[in-house]
Parts: sequence; C-alpha cells; structure tokens
Amino acid sequence: MNLHMLQVELWRGDATGVYRAYDVPSQTNQTVLDIVTWVQRHIDSTLAYRFACRVGMCGSCAMTVNGRPRWTCRTHVAKVVDNGQLRIGPLENLPVIRDLVTDMSNFFDKWQRAGGRFESTRTRRDPIATLSPARPERRAADGAIECINCGVCYAACDVVRWRPKYLGPAALNRAWAAYNDTRASNRRSILSAVTGDAGCHSCHTQQSCFEHCPVDLNPAAAIAGLKRASLFTWLTGRSPR
Amino acid sequence: MNALTYFLQRATALLLAPFVLVHLGLIIYAVRGGLSAGEILARTRGSAGWAVFYGLFVVLVAIHAAIGLRTIADEWTPLTGRRLDLVSAVAGVGLLWLGLRAVIAVTAV
Amino acid sequence: MHRVSGLALIGFLPFHFWTLGLALNQETALNAFLGWTEAPLVKLSETLLVVLLGVHLAGGLRVLAIEFLPWGTHQKTLIGVTGAVAFVVGLLFLLNAY
Repeated sequence: MNLHMLQVELWRGDATGVYRAYDVPSQTNQTVLDIVTWVQRHIDSTLAYRFACRVGMCGSCAMTVNGRPRWTCRTHVAKVVDNGQLRIGPLENLPVIRDLVTDMSNFFDKWQRAGGRFESTRTRRDPIATLSPARPERRAADGAIECINCGVCYAACDVVRWRPKYLGPAALNRAWAAYNDTRASNRRSILSAVTGDAGCHSCHTQQSCFEHCPVDLNPAAAIAGLKRASLFTWLTGRSPR
Repeated sequence: MNALTYFLQRATALLLAPFVLVHLGLIIYAVRGGLSAGEILARTRGSAGWAVFYGLFVVLVAIHAAIGLRTIADEWTPLTGRRLDLVSAVAGVGLLWLGLRAVIAVTAV
Repeated sequence: MHRVSGLALIGFLPFHFWTLGLALNQETALNAFLGWTEAPLVKLSETLLVVLLGVHLAGGLRVLAIEFLPWGTHQKTLIGVTGAVAFVVGLLFLLNAY
C-alpha cells in the first residue's frame, strides 16, 4: 500500500492559539473530517472538534477549510488541497472555545431575535387552515425552509464580520420563511424585528451566503424579499396582515 | 441603515443610472479632438437645460455618496452615532456646495 | 469593487467640481488646466475614473436587479455582464481621448 503522507495544519487553542502541523496518511476518498478524526485518534486526543452524522445531514462539522467555511464530512481532501497544503480552522465570525469548536450562542441568539417563528391565529377548535402549495408565498417559504443552522453562511458573510450586531443570513432567511406563512399572526412583528438597526438593510447583496450554503439555500434572495416587503409596507403604510 | 436611508440610497441610485449614462456618453463625445474651456462653455453658458440636468445630478450624487460613505464608515471605522452622521452630513453638504457652484459656474450668463 | 470604486469617486468628485468652478472667474486658468489634461498620465487616470464609474454603475444595477426584480439566481451572468459593460465604457473613453 502506498503510504503517502499529507501535512495538514489544524488550529489549536482559543483565539490566541496557533496552527499546528500534523502528518496524516493520505487515502483516496478521504474527507477533511476523516483527517481531523485521524489526528484526534492517533496523534493528539486532546484535539476538540464537533461532528455528528458524518454524512452531510446535520451540519455539525462545519469548519474553515483553506479559508472557506464548509461541511468537513462532505469535503473531499482532493478537492480542496491547495498545492499540498490543507489548513483547517474553526468557523469564522464566532468566538473560539477551543481548537475547532466555536461558541454558537450569538448565532442562535440572533436566530431568535430575527423573530422567525410561527404564531397562529387559530386554536385547535378551529378548522384546519388550507394552504395552496402553488401560491407565491408558500413557494417562497418552501425555498427557504430547509435551513439546519449549520452556520456556514454566517461564517462566510463579510457584513457579519464588519458589523457585530448584524442578524446574519441564516436568521434573516428563517424570518423570511416565517413571514411567508400566510397563516401566521405575527407577520408585522417579524418585519419590525428584521428592520431594526443591523437588520436586513445592512446586507450588501454580496451573496457569499448563497455561494457557500451546503443545502443550496439563498439567504441573499430571502433578505432581498424582506427588503422589498419592508419597503412597500413602509411606503404604503399598509400592514401585510 | 434603516428603511428611510435604504429607500433614499436605492432611489437615488435608480435615478442616477440614466444621468450617469448620459454623462458618460457626453464625455466620450466631447473628448474627441481635444478639449478646451471655450468649447465646453460655448455649449453650457446660458443653458437652462444643462443647469437643470446637472443641478439635479449634483443633488442626487450628494445624497447617494453621503449615505454610501456613512455605511462604509460605520463598517470600517470605529465611528458611531452622532460622529458618523456628522461625517456623512459634511460629505453630502460639501459635495452639494461644490457641485452646485460648478453648475452655476458653467451655465450662468 | 463596488465599494472601492465608490470611495475613489467620492475622492475625485470634489476636485472635479472645483475645476469646473474655475470657469466662474478664471477662464484662462481652466484652459491652462485643460491643456494640462492632455498629458498621458492624466489621460490614464481619467480613463481609470471612467472605468470606476462604469464599474460602480454596473455593480449598482446588479444590486438593484437582485433586490427588486424577480430574477432567479442569475448572479454569475450579472457579474459577467457588469464587468463587460464597465470595460467597454473604459475602452470607448480611451479610444476617444486619443
């Protein structure tokens, strides 16, 4: 068996840490997560990292690979290795707890603050609401609803980096999905939540979020939708509900 | 940014597009065969049309640039709040003043 | 690119406005200035400015299209188109200035 070695750099420590180099056996069909796991099992068991499903469904393994945020279980080494170099770090725009693990509290706080939740107008005694899947609002909501909060878009966004209070693409994308639920009673309050300081208007439409989303969502389009909705509501003074 | 500044920024941008296209076309046409003050002024002096066109152009640009500058300063410098608004206002007023002065300079009789 | 071109334009405009203002009282100064603008280095920076304006315009139209038109995910095409437009504008200027 050809034992070709690959030198990789992993971030060790907290915000004041460094990249450390490790020699890892290179295999065909190897993912970045395989590499990280190998290091933790065979070289340094104190390496901290997150993963769960290993098959590209949960979003837990997101890290910065050669400068870009990706799901490491879905990233083949051969595809990203750059001149024999592979550098793996924690997700950007989030505080580092240790090594490759970040503190995602800010991300989830903003998720809540953007107001993207469902509040009903009916009780269990009312008849079930009927929704047509073909209506534009339902299509808009369907297009945005698959988000699993992996944080990749948040890590990719320049505005998140430059503006600490910015709600971020994921939170705003979820707000847009909730806003388009025509059964909801809180559509107006969602608009208020996303149009505060550092809300949807801070987006510069650079579309890094769209480029990096592992499930092909388009937060930039969702945010554009929120911009339009808030603009027309503001101009006409009419509430959506 | 809030709804008002966002609206102003996008609205001025939209309105500026045709102005910019006309201006670019104009420069490209006028620059042929060299440029002289006499040539320019012969066309612009006493023209109400140019005064209105460029006057409006200047106003739109002042608003658009001031808001744009504010966003950049907000994101890339530690300025906040009143200081930020001040920088933006100074830029806007400055451009407005210099611009309108130039328009008057070339169109007044 | 959009941001950089915007900043550069903001830097250039006051200068532009001021020189035009020279026509108020100092027509000879304006002529002298225009004579100076025949210099190749100046022509080059003017071309650069025209390109920057073109880039800024194209980028702005792209943002407006994404935000307000029901276009799909055409952003890659848009980027290409906007780049091409800016380039063409610069080229036209260059051709005419010489």
